[in-house]
Amino acid sequence: MKFVDEYRDADLGRALAAEIVTTVEPGRHYKVMEVCGGHTHTIYKYGVDDLLPANVELVHGPGCPVCVIPMGRVDDAIAVARIPEVIFTCFGDMMRVPGSAGTLLDAKAEGADVRMVYSPLDALRIARQNPGRQVVFFAIGFETTAPSTALTLMRAKAERVPNFSCFCNHVTIVPPLRALLESPDLRLDGFIGPGHVSTVVGARPFEFIPRDYGKPIVISGFEPLDVLQSVHMVLTQLAQGRCEVENQYTRVVPYDGNPRALEALAEVFELRPHFEWRGLGFISQSGLKLSAAYRDFDAESRYPVPGIRVADPKACQCGEVLKGVIKPWECKVFGTACTPERPIGTCMVSSEGACAAYYNYGRLARERQVV
Amino acid sequence: MCLAIPGQIVELVDPVNRLARVNVAGVQRTVNIAMVDGDDGGAVPGDWVLIHVGFALSKVDEAEAQATLRLLEQMGAEYELELAELKASVIE
Ligand code: SF4
Repeated sequence: MKFVDEYRDADLGRALAAEIVTTVEPGRHYKVMEVCGGHTHTIYKYGVDDLLPANVELVHGPGCPVCVIPMGRVDDAIAVARIPEVIFTCFGDMMRVPGSAGTLLDAKAEGADVRMVYSPLDALRIARQNPGRQVVFFAIGFETTAPSTALTLMRAKAERVPNFSCFCNHVTIVPPLRALLESPDLRLDGFIGPGHVSTVVGARPFEFIPRDYGKPIVISGFEPLDVLQSVHMVLTQLAQGRCEVENQYTRVVPYDGNPRALEALAEVFELRPHFEWRGLGFISQSGLKLSAAYRDFDAESRYPVPGIRVADPKACQCGEVLKGVIKPWECKVFGTACTPERPIGTCMVSSEGACAAYYNYGRLARERQVV
Repeated sequence: MCLAIPGQIVELVDPVNRLARVNVAGVQRTVNIAMVDGDDGGAVPGDWVLIHVGFALSKVDEAEAQATLRLLEQMGAEYELELAELKASVIE
């Protein structure tokens, strides 16, 4: 129990770890999925899993927005970025995600005007400053990030910025969870729910998990103690034969979410019939596109987007990692052909990706544990 | 891009577009605060907010903000990168 010393309240951490031991049935194997990449990061960094009994397994989920973008969409993005009049803007992580023939960073090196932005509002400013060019924002992310894109588009529309558009790849969290719960190859006992997504959507959208699938879910904060406490809450529900949505992160997450953010989402976006997820395939009603009122700002209607479907490279097992079927280190190319410096798959790109998180901290944790 | 960083609101700079200047780890930057325009009067100078891609996502109390900052500081490289990206941001 070495890592617990780094916790804000190490005593509480130890006490919780001890309590968890008494909560589990010794002969039973528990699989608890943490949905959000932020939690994966905390778990590896602070060795949360090392504090759990051997029969409690944390399984990583699909909640890393960079990780779930399929290769075909990266190729589409690069095709738009190569249009001479276009200034293509995106978050830093997306520049390093491999498409079938290189990354946006490669396209930039070959002359495409690709610029990293911190915020969609930075992209909008670039559009205002470059009236002679077309500025496209590569929008990615779950409901945490989508309201920011929505509010930016609302402003672009109000100010009639004619040369701004959005290549929308926003996704929603509930459909992939439903897909995982329907999948036969994964037996999960409960979920650690995403903290930041829930800030926007609230806890209510997760009620289907206990209602339709009989599993507990606990919305969790990001401190190691938060995650540990949330695991304890899931296991306690299981021990007591309860299953419900509980909110460990009440200090930030209101049960009904953020009404302003939800209004912005409803105003700007509508659900796509289906959207492709890396490794998970097409999931119906899981992606967002711009609503008819924002069609003028939709890069997909302004530009020919090839829309090719590209199979993941053979060596890549990101799909299995995103479904929690394998652990990062079980991928054949992990740490050899695929590293954060030269990623093959998306899970190695973002620091929230399970492979990158494990690469950066997990191995260290294992070594420290052995010592 | 997944991080949410705490910042303290310094002043409202563009009431129409809901932009406020915030202090984030000693750097002052402009962010949009429309999402925290709740029924309780919205965010005012002195309030702490969690900032994600240039938007205040929610209000937090100071203790929560400090705890989150400490957690982020311990992340090292990723936090530094996020801060560098934030510093390069010019929202107007
Ligand atoms: S090691 Fe690389 S290719 Fe394998 S699952 Fe992780 S990110 Fe994907």
